[in-house]
Amino acid sequence: MTISVTMTVNGQSVTREVEPRTLLVQFLREHLGLTGTHIGCDTSQCGACVVHVDGRSVKSCTILAAQAQGANVTTIEGLAANGQLHPMQEAFREHHALQCGFCTPGMIMSAIDLVQRNPNPSEETVRHELEGNLCRCTGYHNIVKAVMAGAQAMRG
Amino acid sequence: MYAFNYHRPSSLDDAAKLLSSASDGKFLAGGQTLLPTLKQRLASPSDVIDLTGIPQLSGITVSGSAVTIGATTRHAAVAASAEVKKAIPALAKLASGIGDPQVRNMGTLGGSIANNDPAADYPAAVLGLCATVHTNKRTIAADDFFTGMFETALEEGEIVTKVEFPIPKRAGYVKFPNPASRYVMVGAFVAETADGIRVAINGAGPCVFRHTEMEAALAKNFSPDALKGIRTDPAGMNNDIHASAEYRAHLVGVMARRAVEAALG
Repeated sequence: MTISVTMTVNGQSVTREVEPRTLLVQFLREHLGLTGTHIGCDTSQCGACVVHVDGRSVKSCTILAAQAQGANVTTIEGLAANGQLHPMQEAFREHHALQCGFCTPGMIMSAIDLVQRNPNPSEETVRHELEGNLCRCTGYHNIVKAVMAGAQAMRG
Repeated sequence: MYAFNYHRPSSLDDAAKLLSSASDGKFLAGGQTLLPTLKQRLASPSDVIDLTGIPQLSGITVSGSAVTIGATTRHAAVAASAEVKKAIPALAKLASGIGDPQVRNMGTLGGSIANNDPAADYPAAVLGLCATVHTNKRTIAADDFFTGMFETALEEGEIVTKVEFPIPKRAGYVKFPNPASRYVMVGAFVAETADGIRVAINGAGPCVFRHTEMEAALAKNFSPDALKGIRTDPAGMNNDIHASAEYRAHLVGVMARRAVEAALG
């Protein structure tokens, strides 16, 4: 049995016939070809798959595509506008907040959500808020620096 | 994950009907426990019934005497609620420490207490505050709700609709999270309520429980010192790779003292 799922992804309305057990991350990667959202652990721990659903960061490996029916979804591919990186992406580039880069899409999506809720976070807040994102290269030092800089840039 | 049928009813009646007509139906709230369980093939329901399409199950209302939280209200909403922070700061603090930000954006109060994971946070607040659990069939007192490891008084097909937390005079919650998983190893929710002092301990045993010896001591003297010398019997405590029963029993005392300190502000 398949069901029809419609949602808005990065500003575009999309509809696909999927099995009910399809996870949002599979929907994005396999049905829409948006492979910027990564699957790291597949056990809800690493945060490589974080996307925004109606403005809230969620682990797309732990939500069914069907649960996002009608929602507004933003992935890492939807951040840059008019060829310009999002200020948080730019901050990650500027501060070299990555080593292998696998965790980066999720880190950036979590960082943007945290700054939207907390425009002027302390370093301690940033570290606490990134609890759901793991960097296997242990490159947290530059990630935290980048999030602080990205927060400042987002404040304008 | 095994295949299943997915439903998103918009009324409680429809949800109950869908469950009773399914050969093996499961309710889905936030899915932060259910989906990992399905992915590990530890469960294979025929039908998954998503409760988040039922508008009346979500929302927070605060009266002069109680904070009432709908079953599908997400942890992040409770943590961020100015009204909850003002009425029962310990409850907002508890919600702000569940899992991680992404789990808090999906996980729900109803899902947490219906699952009754020994290492979950919310059961400690429900029991510690002497809350009342409302379902589509009846109301259940906190003291009767949590019956064992992953077991509750909920009957087949019964749906938690909301939880009513009486506003205490003061309350505090402190937990010792597992350093890797962040699940509760031992937590203590201490409250001075209209029904007297209540001390609820989670994480330590197979099911959240009240520490009556501590309650009696705190009733005489609501201070961390009142708990000095009270030993918790390791018999019956959880004993696993994360912590021995003896260590958990010791942590019960430490967390309870810190929770009293938190309650005293």
